[in-house]
Amino acid sequence: MAEQAEKIKVLICQGTGGLASGAAAVADAFEAEFAKQGVEAKVGKRCEVVGTGCRGLCANDVLVDIVMPGAEGVTYDFVTPELVPQIVAEHVIANSPVEKSVAGPYYASFLEKQQRIIFSRCGTINAESLDDFIAHRGFTGIRKAVTMAPSEVIEEVKRSGLRGRGGGGFPTGVKWSFCKATPGEEKYLICNADEGDPGAFMDRSVLEGDPYGLIEGMMIGAYAIGCKFAYVYVRAEYPLAIKRLQMAIDTCYEKGYLGKNCMGLGFDLDMRIKAGAGAFVCGEETALMASIEGHRGMSRPRPPFPAVKGLWGKPTNINNVETFANVSYIFYNGADWYSSIGTEGTKGTKIFALTGKVKHTGLVEVPAGTTMKQVIYDVCGGILNNRKFKAVQAGGPSGGCLPTEALGAEVDYDSLIKAGAMMGSGGLVVMDETTCMVDIARFFLNFTRAESCGKCIPCRIGLKIMLEILERITQGRGREGDLELLEDMAYDIKKSSLCGLGQTAPNPVLSTLRYFRNEYETHIRDKECPSHSCRHLLHFRVVEEKCKKCGVCPKVCPVNAIRWEKGQAAYIDADKCTECTSCYDACRFMAIE
Amino acid sequence: MTEAAEQVKEQVVDLTGANAILDKYVDMHGALMPALQEIQEFYGYIPEPTVHLTAERLNVYSSQIYGVLTFYAQFHLQPRGKYIIRVCMGTACHVKGAARIADTVKDRLGVVHAETTEDLKFTAEYVACIGACGMAPVIMVNDATYGSLTVQKVDEVIEKYQAMG
Ligand SMILES: Cc1cc2nc3c(=O)[nH]c(=O)nc-3n(C[C@H](O)[C@H](O)[C@H](O)COP(=O)(O)O)c2cc1C
Ligand code: SF4
Ligand code: SF4
Ligand code: FES
Ligand code: FES
Repeated sequence: MAEQAEKIKVLICQGTGGLASGAAAVADAFEAEFAKQGVEAKVGKRCEVVGTGCRGLCANDVLVDIVMPGAEGVTYDFVTPELVPQIVAEHVIANSPVEKSVAGPYYASFLEKQQRIIFSRCGTINAESLDDFIAHRGFTGIRKAVTMAPSEVIEEVKRSGLRGRGGGGFPTGVKWSFCKATPGEEKYLICNADEGDPGAFMDRSVLEGDPYGLIEGMMIGAYAIGCKFAYVYVRAEYPLAIKRLQMAIDTCYEKGYLGKNCMGLGFDLDMRIKAGAGAFVCGEETALMASIEGHRGMSRPRPPFPAVKGLWGKPTNINNVETFANVSYIFYNGADWYSSIGTEGTKGTKIFALTGKVKHTGLVEVPAGTTMKQVIYDVCGGILNNRKFKAVQAGGPSGGCLPTEALGAEVDYDSLIKAGAMMGSGGLVVMDETTCMVDIARFFLNFTRAESCGKCIPCRIGLKIMLEILERITQGRGREGDLELLEDMAYDIKKSSLCGLGQTAPNPVLSTLRYFRNEYETHIRDKECPSHSCRHLLHFRVVEEKCKKCGVCPKVCPVNAIRWEKGQAAYIDADKCTECTSCYDACRFMAIE
Repeated sequence: MTEAAEQVKEQVVDLTGANAILDKYVDMHGALMPALQEIQEFYGYIPEPTVHLTAERLNVYSSQIYGVLTFYAQFHLQPRGKYIIRVCMGTACHVKGAARIADTVKDRLGVVHAETTEDLKFTAEYVACIGACGMAPVIMVNDATYGSLTVQKVDEVIEKYQAMG
């Protein structure tokens, strides 16, 4: 350990976000500078570049932490290879951080209100290193679990109060006890890493940043249920996550942590990845199992529940990535510790993916019970471009939009449902005054309609008809009575669909109708879009009184359709304009409509 | 179908690769999808003769295979471009102007969802979410992700790949 502490560490975010922003080049630059400036000789210590998983603040990537022995790490954001020689010379060698490039106070406040449990390793250790994992409590959870009888393990999970993070919020311990109770030699454990919900990417970050942590959680589950075979169903759009997880599984096999007599603890577990193939409905558990079996991913009625008759007709337990990740920590620290965090009905922390018109987009982990307002304003710095908050969409295509009045809602399964949204997998899309709520409803319906497996008529045809109505409205061809018809159909589809997709697909329409009915009415009655965002209803002109003559819009116009001179209001040449909406989004004063 | 695609389709497909892949899967539970995924990886798409071969060797109906192939967005029955541009149309990207990004790709390359350029260089694909929503709007070109895009930045990315030949 002493030797470890003597190293200088350079932690570089190598999550999808980090890599997209050029993390590989930054890492290379550090290695090159270490050699070029002869750092190790000068400071007499080893320097190590560590590729970590996502740190949460992906919008500010490439994020780099310099950790000098015995000191707190210093975080730099927006690091480029050009910046590296200076950081090495001044910080690593002379021990004086490059102040102007250090992440601003927003980074501290981004972290302050969070409680990073699931993410405690993600973003701090080398995601690919088994040694790093083990040095950070890795596999102590499963070691603890096997000292207990499987039924005691399940009891512990029940006592912790953990509920599934895949959307439904079903108590995990109870689910495990069903599968354990079903007789049968052959049982399966599945980790649902489909993450089909657009706008959510926390499962991806766990897979990329702490793959061993997931494997450990699954081991505990497998031991408790008495199953010898586990699948991780990962969506194919996540190449890096698949690569890292496969690497981790391979290493575990090599070192005897998986396979026959895992870790010498007296139980067997095989684990395999199944790459999904791009269908949202495959996140639904029965469709997911059909997909693993090699069929079309069609849902089937429940009961029988997977715990009784699942994969290949055998008892099967299926949980979400974050659920399994939670399990490890319950065994590190005990059920009492776990249940002391959160609210009465929702224990522990929840990871949210904050995206849209918020200043600091990224992943945040907060204790359940934190309010939406705290998440959006205190953690994520509020709304981009000083615009006005309009709504936050929670729970993806199955969820709903919450307006300002509902910002006091706590993140908790029950309070969110009361407010008209749901936790879902934890995607939060923040919308400002430029986002049209009718268009958002249309957007989600378009998505669910396209992703419906087509088995039931209400879902297949009903959603299509609802979508057509919404399209008409956003194009200025809405009719009296449309809203009532939408509402009627929404309730019918919810009632008569077979699976969760159809049963929740109308939710975005219902919640926007509940809170933003007037926007619908303006579209229908006045053929106007109050947020000036529905393209067919946009005029693309500059409102002179509102224009602050800042000159931002001509810079973003790809076809030079905007005329502007210093001190003059901008003017859009309608002949040249391709109606791309760039200028509309860029204007900070809502002067373009 | 573009002319180039037609030509490729008429070529005789060498089934040695598919046979070698299928060897691994003959006795496996749930082999169909992974086998097809691997065949697609090998050929870049699923050539028709491999469907019949798969049916024979894994003892499934061709109709079941086509059922699977047409259900999942991931499978392709036509040859595809060297560079696959995935344009994210997910919620976060939508709110940040994904439509504009898709339009730009269409303007520059003349392809929309599921279409391939005549020279078999680019294929466009509109996808539900790439999982990099924090940097919306986002596209992927093969395995590389590009975030925080503007129309200009998309142009630069496309130019880069065009230059790469
Ligand atoms: C249409 C649909 C899509 C779903 N997508 C996902 C998903 O992407 N990931 C996930 O974990 N659960 C998803 N679920 C929920 C799963 O069916 C299942 O309830 C969950 O994986 C159980 O895990 P948990 O108990 O740990 O929450 C989806 C459900 C429906 C109806
Ligand atoms: S509700 Fe929709 S997605 Fe679900 S089974 Fe029916 S048709 Fe398929
Ligand atoms: S909408 Fe696009 S093309 Fe038209 S003026 Fe604005 S930026 Fe230029
Ligand atoms: S990927 Fe780098 S912080 Fe999220
Ligand atoms: S919504 Fe575009 S990357 Fe997720």
